[in-house]
Amino acid sequence: MRDTVTPNNIPYAIARYSAEELKDALKKMYLIRKFEEGAEDSYMRGLIHGTMHLSIGQEASAVGSCMSLSDEDKITSTHRGHGHCVAKGADLSRMFAEFFGKESGYCKGRGGSMHIADPSKGNLGANGIVGGGLPIAVGAALSAKRLGTGAVTVCFFGDGANNEGAFHEALNMASVWKLPVVFVCENNKYGMSTSTERSTSVKNIADRAVAYAMPGVTVDGNDFSAVTEAVDAAVERARNGEGPSLVENVTYRWRGHSKSDRNRYRTKEEIADWQSRDPIAAMAKLLTDHKIATEDEVAGIEADATRIIEEAIAFATEGANPKIEEVTRDVYTEETAS
Amino acid sequence: MNMHSKTDLRELSYAEAIREAMDIAMARDERVILMGEDIGVYGGAFGVTGELVEKYGTDRVMDTPISELGGAGVAVGAAMTGLRPIFEFQFSDFATLGMEQIVNQAAKIRYMLGGAVSVPVVMRFPSGSGTGAAAQHSQSLEAWTAHVPGLKVVQPATPADAKGLLLAALEDPDPVMIYEHKILYKMKGHVPEGYYTTPIGKAAVMREGKDLTIIATSIMVHKALDAAQTLAAEGIDAEVIDLRTIRPMDRDTVLTSVRKTGRLVCVYEAVKTLGVGAEVSAMVAESDAFDYLDAPIIRLGGAECPIPYNPELEKAVVPQVPDILEAARNLAKGRV
Repeated sequence: MRDTVTPNNIPYAIARYSAEELKDALKKMYLIRKFEEGAEDSYMRGLIHGTMHLSIGQEASAVGSCMSLSDEDKITSTHRGHGHCVAKGADLSRMFAEFFGKESGYCKGRGGSMHIADPSKGNLGANGIVGGGLPIAVGAALSAKRLGTGAVTVCFFGDGANNEGAFHEALNMASVWKLPVVFVCENNKYGMSTSTERSTSVKNIADRAVAYAMPGVTVDGNDFSAVTEAVDAAVERARNGEGPSLVENVTYRWRGHSKSDRNRYRTKEEIADWQSRDPIAAMAKLLTDHKIATEDEVAGIEADATRIIEEAIAFATEGANPKIEEVTRDVYTEETAS
Repeated sequence: MNMHSKTDLRELSYAEAIREAMDIAMARDERVILMGEDIGVYGGAFGVTGELVEKYGTDRVMDTPISELGGAGVAVGAAMTGLRPIFEFQFSDFATLGMEQIVNQAAKIRYMLGGAVSVPVVMRFPSGSGTGAAAQHSQSLEAWTAHVPGLKVVQPATPADAKGLLLAALEDPDPVMIYEHKILYKMKGHVPEGYYTTPIGKAAVMREGKDLTIIATSIMVHKALDAAQTLAAEGIDAEVIDLRTIRPMDRDTVLTSVRKTGRLVCVYEAVKTLGVGAEVSAMVAESDAFDYLDAPIIRLGGAECPIPYNPELEKAVVPQVPDILEAARNLAKGRV
């Protein structure tokens, strides 16, 4: 893992970002946590159906990876994508409304948890297919290069996707064409129940970068500053026309894969160990240690996030359901007889 | 095969017509790029892209690695973000490697995202048998993609439509799959100059007739037209319809013809079961046109068999002109 401390002993993120930016990052991390806790609670109470993939415990990876991106920059996300949405600036109310299947949701109730997108903020969408977003991200980077927009695409994917053929094809093409894309692997140790030790031939997924002649780096994905340092460098490299990079954020999902998960493949001790390395608590400590925020301010940021989520749930609850007679709308741009 | 066209009209081959369409599109719209395996200096496995790389350069005529899944996905992502890619699968069979991106992504992204984004990608699929390339390079899998809402699927049969449908596909905001028959690439026919589009979703009545309707796709349109000439000499007046688009299908043209003739043969090269013929037959059976039928519907499709190598076997597994003649004669004479 990379040393995340600058020569002056100031962590990278503290040196690089303003107090406002850092406090906003902490707020986004709280929003992700509370969005997912709210989603889980709503599910338990029978208010929403379907399934969900929670990223609780992975918040530093999502927020840290998007720190240096503008709305013009793109991301592609995964089935575990709520955090990426929030990190890229999504509106929590519209996210919750989508969760509730409402017309006021991001996908007008057609997509649900696994398909939330916000193209206006550069979020090209979560994806229900493991590895599905990898080639799409390369395509977005191709557009940016060809159209000269200067935009960079950050492609989120999990450790599971790194064993899909799409991973190989996408990274190879991005490298051959020197495209402005950053591949961010969120290695949360398990593809559903199968550990990376049992599924992946290399110790670190970033080791695979060498096969595509691009830089690869493995960082502590629960360390906000480490994530920003690695991803920012990769984004800058992409923006400078130097091509793609692979960043591996090692992290852990506290919850099961989805609602069907009985956690039979890992121990309570392992989960507790990772919970003791809470990325949000670490971020709060980072900010207080460096006098970016007081403890009261941190509490205020958390309370703010709680209020936003409560308002979002209220907005979602009140929203109208989509009309059944409009179920085929948006299959095509113009209504087409089948 | 010929197109029965007048000699004073400009003729191009089907492949030349597609190339001309791509050339016109690229000249008028910087966003149009070509992607595919060996489409650059090689000119494409079937020579369709030809010399376009010399005119537009390797940035716009992009050789991809042999990566059908990744390549198709790059085209999808590029289409979502401002480009107008035309992606060539070297053989339509190889699109099986890219189905994830076609079926799960291209077809569904617009719907899943509540209409927030369109995927204006065009994909080209050189298809069909007759080249001696056997089972993995000869299939007609158009029904696979036609089964998926969100995609549009066309099968041009003539050089003029090959050009017009490609230009229409580029104007279309949704993903359009173009199945081109490899044997047609060298076929010549009249192709109008300049920019024009052939509407997606509209069939073409290639020959009017009153005794029976032959609905055909792709190369079978030409076999049906050949058969219709022979039938005419026997006093059987066949109407030949080129379906042109199989999703969305031109219901009106099909049903109007069946109401007129009362007899229907549907001929296509793909495996007979669960294909275009089943859909056309069901469309008739589920409509008032059913009441006009004087005889059962006949489907002529490919055998329940991979495409074999031996040339006699290869011919035997797809409908030929004598098969169409036999079916038409039986229908016309009330033998069915």
